[in-house]
Amino acid sequence: MSVFLLLVVIAVLSVAGFVLCRQRALKSVDGNIRRLHSLPGYYGWFGFILASIPALLALALWLIIQPLVIERQLSSFFPAEMIEDPSARTLLFADVRRVAAGLDTAVAQGAMSEDQAERVRTEFGSVRDRLAAVGVALGAEVTPAVLAAAQEYREMARVGVIGRSILTLILSVAGLVFAIRATGPDFRARNRVEQVVLALLILSSTIAILTTVGIVLSMLSESLRFFTMYPAADFFFNLTWSPNFRGNSELGLIPLLWGTLYISLISMLVSVPIGLFAAIYLAEYASNRVRSVVKPLIEVIAGIPTVVFGLFALVTVGPLLRDYFAQPFGLGNSGSSVMTAGIVIGILNIPFISSLADDIINAVPQSMRDGSLGLGATKSETIKKVVLPAALPGIMGAVLMAASRAIGETMIVTMGAGAAARLDLNPFEAMTTITVKIVSQLTGDTEFNSPETLVAFALGMSLFVITLGLNILALWIVRKYREQYE
Amino acid sequence: MTDISAAGAMPATQPKNSLFVQDDLTRRRNAAEARFKWYGIVAIVLSLSVLAIMLFTIFRDGTSAFRQASVAFPITLEADILDPNGARDPADLAKVTTIGYGNLIGQQFANFLTAEGITVEGISDKDISGMISRDAPGRLRDMVLADPSLIGQTIDFNAYATGRIDGYMKGRVTLETAELDSNVSLEQLQLADQLIARNILTSGFNSGFLTNPDASDQRPESAGLGVAIIGSLYMMMLVLIFTLPVGVAASIYLEEFAPKNRLTDLIEVNISNLAAVPSIVFGILGLAIFINFAGLPQSSSLVGALVISLMTLPTIIIATRAAIRAVPPSIRDAALGVGASKMQTVFHHVLPLAMPGILTGTILGLASALGETAPLLLIGMVAFVTNYPAGPFDGGVMDPATALPVQVYSWASRSDPAFIERSSGAIIVLLAFLVIMNVAAILLRRRFERRW
Repeated sequence: MSVFLLLVVIAVLSVAGFVLCRQRALKSVDGNIRRLHSLPGYYGWFGFILASIPALLALALWLIIQPLVIERQLSSFFPAEMIEDPSARTLLFADVRRVAAGLDTAVAQGAMSEDQAERVRTEFGSVRDRLAAVGVALGAEVTPAVLAAAQEYREMARVGVIGRSILTLILSVAGLVFAIRATGPDFRARNRVEQVVLALLILSSTIAILTTVGIVLSMLSESLRFFTMYPAADFFFNLTWSPNFRGNSELGLIPLLWGTLYISLISMLVSVPIGLFAAIYLAEYASNRVRSVVKPLIEVIAGIPTVVFGLFALVTVGPLLRDYFAQPFGLGNSGSSVMTAGIVIGILNIPFISSLADDIINAVPQSMRDGSLGLGATKSETIKKVVLPAALPGIMGAVLMAASRAIGETMIVTMGAGAAARLDLNPFEAMTTITVKIVSQLTGDTEFNSPETLVAFALGMSLFVITLGLNILALWIVRKYREQYE
Repeated sequence: MTDISAAGAMPATQPKNSLFVQDDLTRRRNAAEARFKWYGIVAIVLSLSVLAIMLFTIFRDGTSAFRQASVAFPITLEADILDPNGARDPADLAKVTTIGYGNLIGQQFANFLTAEGITVEGISDKDISGMISRDAPGRLRDMVLADPSLIGQTIDFNAYATGRIDGYMKGRVTLETAELDSNVSLEQLQLADQLIARNILTSGFNSGFLTNPDASDQRPESAGLGVAIIGSLYMMMLVLIFTLPVGVAASIYLEEFAPKNRLTDLIEVNISNLAAVPSIVFGILGLAIFINFAGLPQSSSLVGALVISLMTLPTIIIATRAAIRAVPPSIRDAALGVGASKMQTVFHHVLPLAMPGILTGTILGLASALGETAPLLLIGMVAFVTNYPAGPFDGGVMDPATALPVQVYSWASRSDPAFIERSSGAIIVLLAFLVIMNVAAILLRRRFERRW
């Protein structure tokens, strides 16, 4: 029975559970629902839940565990040294599965009988040719071990499918029967159903934790694999980045980190003053009409996808800076540069800083402004001497979060900063960042298990730690130095 | 006493200090005040003008992507070339490759020009056939294979002109740039001028830009957004299916049921941190877990949607919680007071009242998800995909696809300037989708917003 069919059967049983339990509840009190503990619908839902959830859980578990069990069993077909290396092992079992699927196709098309598929041997002729005849293309000739494993695989998969169907159907029917038997006037169906719903709610809210765990585990395990191939000290302290696809690469983090920080610095020089002054004007000076027009317009910038900014950097800002600044002053000939990416990221961050700062400035109590104005300070003096100091922790937090966004920004630097890793002070030179290199190392055609590819995970880990650190610092500053006003 | 006498002496020595004449200090302070206000105005004008310039350049570069030059001429599908055996056997017909069709088109076009009396001094046959897109033979072949009865007939064929000729009609390619360009010759442009005068070479609305799949570097004229739009649609559907139930469930738990304990704190901290994790990190997660560990197919919209869902979930949870919190406690008290259980209160009263706010937040979350690019690069959606994915119920979500913002990126990284035009055009399509979603969110908010 295919998974889809099983799901359909479970769905049918569940609906039957709903109807049967509801009817039985009503019948048990002769239609007088006031004698029931819960509303009749809850009895129905109880039947539905018992018929579906245990069966679905069992099915999901089975689908996860079966391939692992089969793989373990099939290991005996191959010599130990063939399956020690994880990547060779993956390839080998992919081969086995492909041959098994090919045999299935051949049987389905009638090119082989079921019996032939089980007994075909490599000694009698090329299995590859026979499978090619039914449209299954294999990369290489099938070895006897792989063929035998594939046949065993088919056998085990068949048993697995039968076991899976029986188990889920039994669970579903058993749940249904149990629910019907439990149904009665005194049965607290609503409480049971609500418990299950609450469990589902809790489960959904733990997805955030699971995601974080997934991020950390996936990057940690691959990074550790990288560090077994490439010394960690070299990664963190080497001053050169020159990956080489034939091996012997120098993969130093420092030049990438320098490019990242330099670009972020320039972006902050653009976005902090502009964003802050825009926020001050909107919060303190602008009339309601101006504010209601300008604020959404500035937030439009935040709604534009970063790849659009990337194209803007590539097509407009880059050539502009090159033709009017870099070349006339002899600073470089490159359209993609630290300056290009920095300015464009700065623009991207303006609405982020301005809307955060706007909220923070508005949170400063009016009485403080009134006091300052009453003492004779001008409006700007009030802002500079009273409002901003009061809002400072919040603004610092916003600036740090903006910095972390600038560090993690990918598309703008990929399209506007260049790909050459260098340690240089000239902002009109092309430099590269951590995120650019993550993209280029993972989208290339290199073998996955080479240090040149795995370095991307170590880079990702560094990026994650840096941005997380900045965010935690921002939250800490806001919490620690926030003034509490009544 | 001394104070009074000093004060009495002052007016004589400082006549300037009156209500009508400002002293130096006041003037300086007022000037500082005006300057400070101007800084704010300058900052706002600067950021809005950058926005305007950006949109302007994109529309300037991109609107021409919606127009495409094409050549219309009659073509005789000669039977002895296309079907040498004369049996109209599909297997025989399929043996004629696009090279055969290409030669046929080139010949027929040259014959047509001679018959019309159009000629340019020193133009080679290769130049003439080089004016027609390399995409034309494939299209003609598909036409013939779909309807073999066309063989032997003369049909009116409408072929795309190559990217350079198209650029010439749009003003991107000029006689000066053509001299430096090995892909186009001056004779071709002179011929194009004559064809334009005779109305054989025309420029019209390019519906292929919205429906065609991507095309190789050699033929920008036939590249379109078809696969990207389908991929983006699939992803948004799946993201909606994944995030809305989970996001709403998580928000209900955190707002209405969660006790103040370690687990709740942990969840809260995780949600706020996930909202700040760089998007590319989610791409790494997708590559490691969904592709390498779970073995889901690379470049598929399913994996893309899973990654984007994890990214969007915090946003949706934050918006949903705000919407739930906005429902006044009196509603809950009233429901509880007439005997509803906690769960009934939430699902029968709080949730329906919070629904408009939840939907608004979800649409805005989807809008930002639609523009996400970086994580999709890592899971292989930047691949060159020329086949449309299958329908959503035939496993189309497992087929390789690409997405609108990724298509923008991959076209922008190609060298031919015709692709920059397409890239800007793709942005216009993307922005159109974003505008529609945002307008929908605003209308929803206006229509259902309730002030308590």
